Amino acid sequence: MNEGIVLLAQHINKSFHDPVTIPVLKDISFSINKGEFVSITGKSGCGKSTLLYILSTMDTDYEGDLLLDGKAMRGRTEKELARVRNEKIGFVFQFHYLLNEFTVLENVMLPGLKLGLHSEAEVKALAMDRLNTLGIQSLAMKNANQLSGGEKQRVAIARALINNPSIIMCDEPTGNLDKKNSLVVFDIFKKLAEENHQTLLVVTHDQEFANNTHRIIVMEDGRILDQ
Amino acid sequence: MNTRLIIRIAKALLVARWKQTLVAAIGVTFSITMFIALLGFMTGLNDLLDGLILNRTAHIRLYNDIKPNPNQPITLSKEYQNYHHFIQSIKSGSNRQEVYNSRAIVNALRKDKRVIGIAPKITAQVFFNDGSINITGVINGIDAREESSLFHFSDYVTEGNPLDIQNVSNSIILGKGLAAKLLVNVGDVVLVTTARQQQFSLRVVGFFQSGILEFDKVQSYASLSTTQKILGKPEDYITDIQLKLADMTLAPSLGKEYAAIFQTDAEDIQTANSQFETGSSVRSLISYSVGIVLLVVAGFGIYNILNMMIYEKMDSIAILKATGFSGGDVNRIFLTIALSIGIFGGLLGLFFGFILSALIDQIPFNTSSLPTIKTYPINYSPAFYLIATAFSLITTFLAGWAPSRKASKVDPVIIIRGK
Repeated sequence: MNEGIVLLAQHINKSFHDPVTIPVLKDISFSINKGEFVSITGKSGCGKSTLLYILSTMDTDYEGDLLLDGKAMRGRTEKELARVRNEKIGFVFQFHYLLNEFTVLENVMLPGLKLGLHSEAEVKALAMDRLNTLGIQSLAMKNANQLSGGEKQRVAIARALINNPSIIMCDEPTGNLDKKNSLVVFDIFKKLAEENHQTLLVVTHDQEFANNTHRIIVMEDGRILDQ
Repeated sequence: MNTRLIIRIAKALLVARWKQTLVAAIGVTFSITMFIALLGFMTGLNDLLDGLILNRTAHIRLYNDIKPNPNQPITLSKEYQNYHHFIQSIKSGSNRQEVYNSRAIVNALRKDKRVIGIAPKITAQVFFNDGSINITGVINGIDAREESSLFHFSDYVTEGNPLDIQNVSNSIILGKGLAAKLLVNVGDVVLVTTARQQQFSLRVVGFFQSGILEFDKVQSYASLSTTQKILGKPEDYITDIQLKLADMTLAPSLGKEYAAIFQTDAEDIQTANSQFETGSSVRSLISYSVGIVLLVVAGFGIYNILNMMIYEKMDSIAILKATGFSGGDVNRIFLTIALSIGIFGGLLGLFFGFILSALIDQIPFNTSSLPTIKTYPINYSPAFYLIATAFSLITTFLAGWAPSRKASKVDPVIIIRGK
């Protein structure tokens, strides 16, 4: 096993069974190395989001093997997978999904508190550090619902970073943002990949965004066309 | 750490929806309040009604019943010993109602540790003469001191001093109903005729009111010696020995034991007053049912509110799961919410229940049949508070269980894709 490989997908197949069996992913195999900035593109309905949910361990209904940091994800319990997501994966979604009941700082801290490796004070310091890195430390004490879309997405990125994940997975992170904010978010990703050697996997249909990543995986009809 | 985090998230969700939470908690509070007040009031009334009879009734009464002699001549015959005897037109033998050898029995009972009080008694059937009218009545010859300490006699004497029957010779305390019939006041003299046609005049020194109207229309009390004098009996003539036991539940078995030892009849309180136990238990059953129904309704309220909260918070649940909270964690978050509503509402309910009980306790309740009662009776037994707490926790847990399970099963993929 190559030490540099963060994520390895082998012969992943998936079908939807309702009402009739339709294969959506056909024999997907690829790997992502540490520090790579990879994007998956393709037309709507080509299965790229479905693939991302399988890679993120949230969807367990598939055939084939998935290895994260060299460890097989198949056959693990729901609790173990939750732990893997907490520890190794950071998420950024198209809709930012912050918890409105909490402040920005608490939103960023939650996965860190859940991991339980550090005391609350340490997690708080880590969270402030992430907010600093993304230039939004001034928002720390605001409530999540007082933020603009672009700000929310940056908070979501800070939250994804809190536990130093092996990989950050993004589902259309700029899909709901205007041009200016998209650029800001892209710059953040680029910086994370190049300066911090953060591994990133981004699903997007924004061709311009994809073109600027290190590697593009193009999907069509559930297959990988080109990588 | 995990537990603290779960409590923190539960708290944040609760505070964000504090109005709904409050409504749910008020439901629990209301039902617990009513539960406590209802049970306290019902049990208070039960105690009062039972006390009417039970406080005044001996746990065991030793007496001689009028009945045919069990040893008829035929049973003494050796020849027919193994035969079944048919005897017709049998008559009750002796008309002596006296407890034989009463002094020895009393002395023996005083040494028995299971008996905490002994009160001897004589019942005498008499006629009260009012001009040409004769009114049937009963004179109970009692020891006023013993009777007061064991059976609360003095509580029921509404006029006069109960000890006067002891101190004033040839004196009597009449039932209020009886006194009204005879048109006498304290200080007047009544004329009584015994079954043996002897007449006595007795001075009325007081009235009593037992709460049972029929009882007050026929009963009266005099001292043991006065009664013995009326009946023309010697000093150790006693028709009843009333016992109070340390443990009332032993009455049936001890009754049999004493009946065998002392060669008397024995009646225990359970046999004599079984209808009161039945009445009390049915009343308690009704109060518990109403209380539990109230709690179940509150439980449905909590169920509804949690269900609504889960639909509203689908996104939050999805993101919690995506960032590493397991189904079990989500389940615990919502159960914590349900139980906090239960605990908060329940505690308030206990408090208001106590207040409401105390208020009911202040409402005047004057009834001519219950001279010692001035306000509604309330029982403040801590058992009700414990039961109410347990019920509030159990109902809220059950109400929260299904919605929490549903929340734990939310598939984040479906929620996130669904946007």
